[in-house]
Amino acid sequence: MKNNSRNEAVDVMVSMHQPEEATLKKYVIGFVGSLVLTFSAYLLTQYGAMNKPVMVIILAVLALSQFVLQLVYFLHVGKEFSPRLKLLVTIFMVMIVFILVAGSIWIMNNLNGRMMTHSNMVKYMNSQDGL
Amino acid sequence: MMHIFNLMASFWLGRLSLKALPPNPIQWFGASLIILVPGMIAVLLTVTKRWKWLYKEWITTQDPKKIGVMYILVAIGMLLRGGADVALIKTQQALSVGASHGILSASHFQQIVTAHGTIMIFFVAMGLMFGIINLIVPLQIGSRDVAFPFLNATSFWLFFFGMVLVNASLVLGDFAATGWLAYPPLSELRYSPTVGVDYWIWSLQIAGVGSLLAAINFIVTILKMRVKGMNFMKMPMFVWSVLGSMLLVAFAFPILTATLTLLALDRNLGMHFFTSGAGGNMMMYVNLIWAWGHPEVYILILPAFGVFSEVVATYSKKRLFGYTSMVWAIAAIVLLSFIVWLHHFFTMGAGSDVNAFFGIMTMIIAIPTGVKLFNWLFTMYRGKIRLDSPMLWFIGFVVIFTIGGMAGVLMAVPPIDFQLHNSLFLVAHFHMMIVGGVVFADFAAITYWFPKIFGFKLNETLGRWVFWLWLVGFLMSFIPLYILGFMGATRRLDHYSASLGWQQLFIVSGIGAALIGAGVGVQLLQFAYSIYKRKDNRDKTGDPWDGRSLEWSLPSPVPFYNFARLPEVSSRDAFWEAKKSRLKDRRKYEDIEIPKNTPLAFMIAALAFIFAFTVVWHIWWLAVIALLSIITLIIVRSMDEQTDYILKASEVEKLDSLYLKGAKL
Ligand SMILES: [Cu+2]
Repeated sequence: MKNNSRNEAVDVMVSMHQPEEATLKKYVIGFVGSLVLTFSAYLLTQYGAMNKPVMVIILAVLALSQFVLQLVYFLHVGKEFSPRLKLLVTIFMVMIVFILVAGSIWIMNNLNGRMMTHSNMVKYMNSQDGL
Repeated sequence: MMHIFNLMASFWLGRLSLKALPPNPIQWFGASLIILVPGMIAVLLTVTKRWKWLYKEWITTQDPKKIGVMYILVAIGMLLRGGADVALIKTQQALSVGASHGILSASHFQQIVTAHGTIMIFFVAMGLMFGIINLIVPLQIGSRDVAFPFLNATSFWLFFFGMVLVNASLVLGDFAATGWLAYPPLSELRYSPTVGVDYWIWSLQIAGVGSLLAAINFIVTILKMRVKGMNFMKMPMFVWSVLGSMLLVAFAFPILTATLTLLALDRNLGMHFFTSGAGGNMMMYVNLIWAWGHPEVYILILPAFGVFSEVVATYSKKRLFGYTSMVWAIAAIVLLSFIVWLHHFFTMGAGSDVNAFFGIMTMIIAIPTGVKLFNWLFTMYRGKIRLDSPMLWFIGFVVIFTIGGMAGVLMAVPPIDFQLHNSLFLVAHFHMMIVGGVVFADFAAITYWFPKIFGFKLNETLGRWVFWLWLVGFLMSFIPLYILGFMGATRRLDHYSASLGWQQLFIVSGIGAALIGAGVGVQLLQFAYSIYKRKDNRDKTGDPWDGRSLEWSLPSPVPFYNFARLPEVSSRDAFWEAKKSRLKDRRKYEDIEIPKNTPLAFMIAALAFIFAFTVVWHIWWLAVIALLSIITLIIVRSMDEQTDYILKASEVEKLDSLYLKGAKL
């Protein structure tokens, strides 16, 4: 059963054309890297003294780099078995993540905007062009 | 002395004590049923000496056909459990007027409604769906197996033990009384201090992880294991629908898992993601849960659309109309179903810009659905239509789904939603979509593919009875709810004033539910009678309905290796074309790899159950042991390099000739 083997399907998940040690090394790098990024985010919020907007930006960068790290080291994006299909799925994933994150930020901000004190409400409405 | 005893007990048993046993007669009755039914099955297995058979043929199996059958059996069992909940709900609503308070306390009523919703969605609709996918997808793509058989078995057993955990709540402790999506702050520790919400969280966690693993498995199966020649545009429409649905699972279920984890952290570790104090925001929970919840609806309905695409084409003896547009409709639905989730909480207080955007997106998603509906009707147009019961389910679906769908488009208009939000109108709408859409399709699928799996047909006369009882009962049950919703009756209503004049409508709705109950009864009778008369209804040809896709080229019941020789495909409706051309078969037999049975999948899921159960009851020492054991078993499994055995080509040939002669093996 050459054309229809489960092993071929397994190869999609495990990166191709690589000796076993190289695969193991990639997983270890991915795992340790994720831990480092997670803990630095935690330590930053606990002990990092800085103003809020800067912290939010740093946290977002840490989260995004972990996202990319996991894509590369766990899901092997970039080592395509059939490039077009994987590209399509990757684009779809990025799009869905974008929709959910941007949508949630939009919705939650909008809800928060409508739960303000009166003075803040006036400020918000002015910023929204008198909405 | 007493103090030390208490300390010991709370270490070893957590929150568990005799107080966890059911407090009143109705709950005692439910609890004893939950113990009696498995008990009776156990006695039956002992008397007929079938424990070994159960272990060898079912518990350790990795054959997707058997796993599919088990999914469907569990789902039917849960349909009865969820149906018993309906009986209580409807009785309460018919009786609890004015001075009378019916048969249930308010809290117990809320638990039952929550259990009904949770069970029907996660363990009936999802179970039937995954069952049918397991049975049919490998056959339709000309594959001998799924991509990851062990993962597949693990998915099933996780689903199974999630189901066990929900039902355990009937015997020990209580269930969530929060509604099926357990919004905070009600579901937070402060307002729901008992184990109910924890049961809800952990049973969904287990079953949800099972669904996610199953989805990954079927995505890879469909992408990588299609037979030679079957490119994307030659796949049967059911396979396309499953691919769309599984992509949605893969992207949506992680949101559910994460949200439930956050809620569990709130409840167990004093965090405050969704509390109103300390920077938490309960509206974030509603936002997240529906970012999963709306795609979930399409996860269920897409495979149902797929089933009808197969059924309509077969019973009209025509190729499916508008194949390409069907594919694009699925793609559009997959994308759009991620852009409409706010329509579940228009009333939460977002501005008109946000509400208008999501309202419009919601109306747009009705378009691809409409495209599919018209494609089926055009497939029937000038076809040689046979109105067998799968076709009856289809016609019932068209009627109910259209009514429910129009109600849905109506509610997509935010100002109208402000009137109808949380009312019985909404309840009627989504039942029409999920029962009239998903469940009807699953019944059509079971009737349609039953001979393929078991080798004999279901009794058609009884099948028609089932359909008519369901259809009439269903309309009678839910049309009054639309009216009641308009009059202002809210969902999860356990008591109302007599002056409202709602009682007659509630009674009519209750009678409708009883008719559905009769339909379920006849359905069970249909299975029993068809098994009893199986000799008369044997499917000797393997192609009882003059089918079009590859599964009908196999003998019924399908051998454990599916295809003795792999087919070659050069067009859509591959088997239909092959029947017309009558080419001589020149393909060769070859060695087949078959996964060995293993109890590890069952054991991993059983340990996940122990983990979840002990976390619910705060028995931490056992939870840690269970978690470590799961990790150990996964490592043990991944060290095993001999997971398959080889069935020699000569043996395949021998078995094949026996099967073709109609031998039962
Ligand atoms: Cu929705």
